Amino acid sequence: MFSYIFSGDFPRSKLLTLLLVVIVVGLVLTPWLFPGSRSMETAMRIAIFIVLVASYDLLLGYTGIVSFAHTMFFGIGAYGVAITLNEMGRGYDAIFIGTALGFVGSVLLAFLIGLFSLRVKAIFFAMVTLAVASAFTLLVSQLYQFTGGEDGLTYSIPRELSPAFKLMKDKVFGVSINGKLVLYYCILFASFGLFLFMLRVVNSPFGRVLQAIRENEFRAEAIGYRTVIYRTATNCLAAGMAALAGSLMAIWLKYTGPDTTLSLNIMVDILLMVVIGGMGTLYGAVIGSTLFIMAQNYLQELMKVASDQFSAMGLPLLPDLIHPDRWLLWFGILFILSVYFFPTGIVGRLRKAKT
Amino acid sequence: MTGQEHPVLRTDGLTVRFGGHVAVNNVTAEFHRGTLTAIVGPNGAGKTTFFNLISGQLKATEGRAFLNEEDITSMPVSERTHKGLARAFQLTNLFSNLTVRENVRLAVQSRAGIGLNIFMMADRHRELNEKADHFLARVGLYDQAEVIASTLPHGGQRKLEVALMLALEHDVLMFDEPTAGMSVDEVPVILDLIHEIKADKNKTVLMVEHKMDVIHSLADRIIVLHNGFLVADGEPKEVMSSPIVQEAYLGTGVADHV
Repeated sequence: MFSYIFSGDFPRSKLLTLLLVVIVVGLVLTPWLFPGSRSMETAMRIAIFIVLVASYDLLLGYTGIVSFAHTMFFGIGAYGVAITLNEMGRGYDAIFIGTALGFVGSVLLAFLIGLFSLRVKAIFFAMVTLAVASAFTLLVSQLYQFTGGEDGLTYSIPRELSPAFKLMKDKVFGVSINGKLVLYYCILFASFGLFLFMLRVVNSPFGRVLQAIRENEFRAEAIGYRTVIYRTATNCLAAGMAALAGSLMAIWLKYTGPDTTLSLNIMVDILLMVVIGGMGTLYGAVIGSTLFIMAQNYLQELMKVASDQFSAMGLPLLPDLIHPDRWLLWFGILFILSVYFFPTGIVGRLRKAKT
Repeated sequence: MTGQEHPVLRTDGLTVRFGGHVAVNNVTAEFHRGTLTAIVGPNGAGKTTFFNLISGQLKATEGRAFLNEEDITSMPVSERTHKGLARAFQLTNLFSNLTVRENVRLAVQSRAGIGLNIFMMADRHRELNEKADHFLARVGLYDQAEVIASTLPHGGQRKLEVALMLALEHDVLMFDEPTAGMSVDEVPVILDLIHEIKADKNKTVLMVEHKMDVIHSLADRIIVLHNGFLVADGEPKEVMSSPIVQEAYLGTGVADHV
């Protein structure tokens, strides 16, 4: 049964299993363990990024394709929902149509890009995706009648999914059971579902071919796999998954703009999350996104606490060094160190430690 | 087998030029079911290039190649493989970071045509596993099925290379120096295997080989390439004794190979 759900691909390391359980339980119980909207925002971001990063790992880690257009597909999914909700008003039909349009649009665009450019050398493919993604960002800011341009779109979602809609009069263990909580769990379980689907994909015969292409494309072709078809198919699949993640993000944030979906910064974040977690293993996406987003959101506070402590103790220099304003510096150093010491990512490191 | 049976594989004036250099020059040859043809020649004679033209890694400048009388000259590599060509490479060419079993299973699943299935669990497919294990056992790698391919010793990698080809279960098999770089005690495993394959009269085997003893024990026929030209084609005895071969091949460094 477990084997079926996880497609026979277990974490294969006790520590890794423990970490994953902590993350999943943490996400499920966030509304109770860490009440407050900030922690819920962080948890949702983690859940959605797990899907986004895992889908990118399908390309980078499993197939060895470098693409810079992943945020574009994320954005297409998000804008699909944003635009339909904005134009059609708050309704489930708008959410459904927007998600479907975003998904189909992404897959089609990925197919076209793949058809025209997956035959060329990896570096040129990366350049093509970068160019297409930049053009798309430009397009979104130009078509402000539909997209809201640089300001983005703010819209409402169905009332049943908002905090104003109460399912129960009383709070349960201090948490009010409202529409927002329902939405939280819908998105969380949708994310888990998408993740498990991708886990199945990478452990299917198709997934094995992807790994074969990463390892030795020449030989994969020689034993009878038309690699360009497989590469295009992964490209489409990854794009579709990214679009669904984008739709979830749009529904949760009730806002979609270039900065939350399309920016190159997010692309870099995704790359880092894949690399830090571990390429070629989807569990890496879980670890990578969680660590990265936690650090992004809480490192500053942590440093403030530490800095205050040290200055209270009267230590010289140290409080200044870890002043909260310098959090980005430390953030960067942490990543350089982690890539340097864990070239196979955290998951790779943990699995190696076991054997 | 009747005399009128069409050749399984046939080349007609196959030629490839790299700039001014003609690596394979107007080679016309036929390969029949149930035969093993050794392709010999000095280094740089165009043997591997000839293989590359047949299996599709290189595109011919001129001439055509036919598999079961179907023109395969412009087909991509993967399609030729599906039509029934299986090839082992001279320089070991594996999926290095996957396990030995996974390597063979990839070939088995290619043959089964389920590569685009995204819902099945690959390692739960009993038939695939059993087939993969069967071919591993045939080349004597069954005990190392869970080992990562790149950690196998050279001889083991060569065996895996052959297992990958066998797992495609095709009728035309192309060996490119199957025993090159193997230790003395490993060579017989591969040679026995080729003998076994040869006994199956449905198979057509092409083999690039340097070692004279290997050629003598296995080949039904020898083709000699020299500077890209086909200079001799026939029974091992007559080919080896013909003056042109003495000069072109045996004259140049046969001592290194015998």
